[in-house]
Amino acid sequence: MSEADLTMEGHPAGLMAGTPFSMPTKKLAMWLFIIADTMTFAACLVAYGFLRNGTPDWPRPFHSITNVALMTFILLTSSLTMLLGLREAKMGDKAAAFRWTMITAAAGILFALLHVREWLGLIDEGMTLFKNPWGTGLFGSAFFSITGLHLTHVTAGVIALVVVGVRYKGGRYNADDVEILGLYWHFVDLVWMFVVPLVYLLNLAH
Amino acid sequence: MTTAEEHKSGGIGKYLAVYLCLLALAGLQFVIAYQNIDASQMFSRMLAVAVVEAGLAVMFFMHLWAEKRGFLLFVAIFTIFILLTLQYGWTDSFRMLVGAPFAKAY
Repeated sequence: MSEADLTMEGHPAGLMAGTPFSMPTKKLAMWLFIIADTMTFAACLVAYGFLRNGTPDWPRPFHSITNVALMTFILLTSSLTMLLGLREAKMGDKAAAFRWTMITAAAGILFALLHVREWLGLIDEGMTLFKNPWGTGLFGSAFFSITGLHLTHVTAGVIALVVVGVRYKGGRYNADDVEILGLYWHFVDLVWMFVVPLVYLLNLAH
Repeated sequence: MTTAEEHKSGGIGKYLAVYLCLLALAGLQFVIAYQNIDASQMFSRMLAVAVVEAGLAVMFFMHLWAEKRGFLLFVAIFTIFILLTLQYGWTDSFRMLVGAPFAKAY
């Protein structure tokens, strides 16, 4: 082997050449995380569907769609603001990219607050993890597990948005980091598209 | 208009169109929720709308459409295969509904 075949630390050149799918490593890692997280949410939603389908007295506690419709609108809009932030970041406009990223974070906070308000309303009506006034106690554990897992993702996303936004503005991160965070944020939005019909809309009190 | 400005104004239209489609599809799910149909029909219609929504979000918001075809196939095949394998237990949920006993183990 000639010296030309060696790269840093003596690794053969073939081992160091490129990444799978010619994609930056961080971006590929985020995609792999998203695929894994898809499985987590899918398993939770399938388990929820299994329980709902097999339980005759499944509760239908939701009387109004106003709150969940508002939450859906906010989360969908936050995906758009995230895209606008990424667009500005790719254009090199740091101030605008930071502004859109913070608007996205604010939307995430608003979504979380509405979510907590809804939880508190249900808890006030007597719903806990193990019992509720409407039917099988399984509903509480299923509802809080799925929406809680999603809310955890939103909270983590908000923290990441602030951290990445600030570091991007300070020059420590670049537009690629904003793009990778955007992938995560859109995924959180995507999961909500399945949570809403399965957990809320199929349990409306008609 | 400079090249940068042209690029800036060009990208927003597609995103807005997809965003409006997603809003409309989300609204459609709420409309379906108030239709006078049985739960299984409602479930399948809502799920179909959610799948279309997810497809739009993944392809255009997450830019999967712009990635290499090999990566698109990798994500699609891997994810769809595992999602399908998760569906094997549905028949057992009907067993629960009719209160049928577990199969005996000999």
